[in-house]
Amino acid sequence: MPAINVSKALDQSHASRVFDLAELPLRELNQALHDLTPGSNETAWEVLNPKGSHSVAVGVDQPVTIDVRGSVGYYCGGMNDGSAITVHGSAGPGVGENMMSGSITVKGDASQYAGATGRGGLLVIEGNASSRCGISMKGIDIVVHGNIGHMSAFMAQSGNLVVLGDAGDALGDSIYEARLFVRGKVGSLGADCIAKEMRPEHLEFLQGLLDRAGVTGVKAAEFTRYGSARTLYNFNIDNADAY
Amino acid sequence: MTYRNPPTTPRKSATFDDYTLSEIRRAAATGIYDIRGAGAKRRLPHFDDLLVLGASISRYPLEGYRERCDTSVVLGSRHAKKPIELKIPITIAGMSFGSLSGPAKEALGRGATLSGTSTTTGDGGMTEEERGHSKTLVYQYLPSRYGMNPRDLRRADAIEIVVGQGAKPGGGGMLLGQKISDRVAEMRTLPKGIDQRSASRHPDWTGPDDLEIKILELREITDWEKPIYVKVGGARPYYDTALAVKSGADVVVIDGMQGGTAATQEVFIENVGQPTLACIRPAVQALQDLGMHRKVQLIISGGIRNGADVAKALALGVDAVSIGTAALVALGDNDPRWEAEYNELGTTAGAYDDWHEGRDPAGITTQDPELMKRLDPIAAGRRLANYLKVMTLEAQTIARACGKNSLHNLEPEDLVALTIEAAAMAGVPLAGTSWIPGKNGF
Repeated sequence: MPAINVSKALDQSHASRVFDLAELPLRELNQALHDLTPGSNETAWEVLNPKGSHSVAVGVDQPVTIDVRGSVGYYCGGMNDGSAITVHGSAGPGVGENMMSGSITVKGDASQYAGATGRGGLLVIEGNASSRCGISMKGIDIVVHGNIGHMSAFMAQSGNLVVLGDAGDALGDSIYEARLFVRGKVGSLGADCIAKEMRPEHLEFLQGLLDRAGVTGVKAAEFTRYGSARTLYNFNIDNADAY
Repeated sequence: MTYRNPPTTPRKSATFDDYTLSEIRRAAATGIYDIRGAGAKRRLPHFDDLLVLGASISRYPLEGYRERCDTSVVLGSRHAKKPIELKIPITIAGMSFGSLSGPAKEALGRGATLSGTSTTTGDGGMTEEERGHSKTLVYQYLPSRYGMNPRDLRRADAIEIVVGQGAKPGGGGMLLGQKISDRVAEMRTLPKGIDQRSASRHPDWTGPDDLEIKILELREITDWEKPIYVKVGGARPYYDTALAVKSGADVVVIDGMQGGTAATQEVFIENVGQPTLACIRPAVQALQDLGMHRKVQLIISGGIRNGADVAKALALGVDAVSIGTAALVALGDNDPRWEAEYNELGTTAGAYDDWHEGRDPAGITTQDPELMKRLDPIAAGRRLANYLKVMTLEAQTIARACGKNSLHNLEPEDLVALTIEAAAMAGVPLAGTSWIPGKNGF
């Protein structure tokens, strides 16, 4: 394992450990994050000058906070397992892909595939998210303050996607057991995705999720729930036109 | 006595043969395409259409059993800190837990480990059975991402990004409800008993530029330790190989159309993709054109059956081969001892391919607890190891006869072809001639 230049990376004037990607390569940032052990007192990290770098803070598995000061490229926080990442900018494609646990907050907008295949944790997009938000999600909770693009929650298996704005076309196409809550308009619903009744347990759950995501002044009752009609779960030739 | 014209013999159409007629009747009765397992069953140009020349006055052979013939191979030396070192150039291809039982996955791990080679997960995540019994385990990164997690990624010895497979280039996986047991459902985060259709494209990247960024992410997550393979179905082997290399792959895996699947449409298996033999030279050419032959390793799969196939594939320039169907047969798949039960299923030993139905008499392609018990993973693992040993000895026999002290020293000049088609595909002369179709303007 290569030695990490800790002295250069550690800015003693800050309480947090500061990594300037203008001076140090991405590899050293991720290696330092992976070298963290349980109980480490380096619990607060700050990443400067990301300038669209890909794979910032991927595969972190310790409960640290990471503040990224700027916009990131692809796969920021990929496979995150326990850390709390805040992107003070916008995020490129696949932010929080396959997240296991922890949280990621994007202060700006997110590109395609936000939270793809995520298994757990909370992804909050304070701006808009592009197409295929929550594609193939497997347990993650995603809260988008703005709108989301087309084909979002495609083949979504489990978890919750909450949209305070509008959703694009083909929402929830071929959805399995994930739940979608949209406050605004839906362009169109995808194959086997239908609007469902908001029962008391859904209202209670959604209000709790909105609270966890820091959303204020919005009531769960303003949302419509969407999910699977479950008509395509077992192949039936008479449904062939639906595909 | 009245004269009767002599009758003609009833004549069946070559176009509308018995199988074709039965398929038309089946389609008309059910209204759904036929789904089955395994790879292309039609006759295709293959390694049988090549012969090895052996030594003569101009080349001298090595002594069998006395002079060393190296079989080892290193995979992933381009970028990975921890490349894989295998004793034999024959690996076990990816097959999912879900399509195969837990004990079958364990048997594959045991057999591979006894033989000093690797086994591979599949479209269903990593099980303890296979991780625990596989010294070297390749973890597949598939469009579905079933069971994908960073812990297993780090427990793997290599990562294989699956873009496609030979039985269905451009198609996603399929696992029908009969096999979605509680355990399979939990590992795939799906309701029990549904017909599961895996995606055919990755959810978070498209195209070679994205793939390069995806490979970077996987390397960063695993601290650049693991070799990263890219597996494609045999479709456009020259360009797919070149693009995989450009994207940063350590190893390229190409699966020809004889490569098996757990389940897909018959029409897909038999009509999409290229034969394994047709994929090798274009892939090797791409590596050579980029100056990456032997630096990025090439693995070929799809219809590898014996040491002769291994030797011929290596002579054409591949670094290793991979087996799936043959490995299942070594475990006990399609064994005539279960003939009566195959008959009850409307088939016969050697033809059984309804692996998706989960009623495998051999207890391999099933999640039925009673059928699973029929496979003893220790004994089955031993059979696989025996088979791999025989394949290796066979390949060494051929290599020594050609005067090679390593299987990887075999070369195209050691081969001739029996048919014009095979000569053109393999880029070796038609036997008895110096003619390579397509070369030198002919």
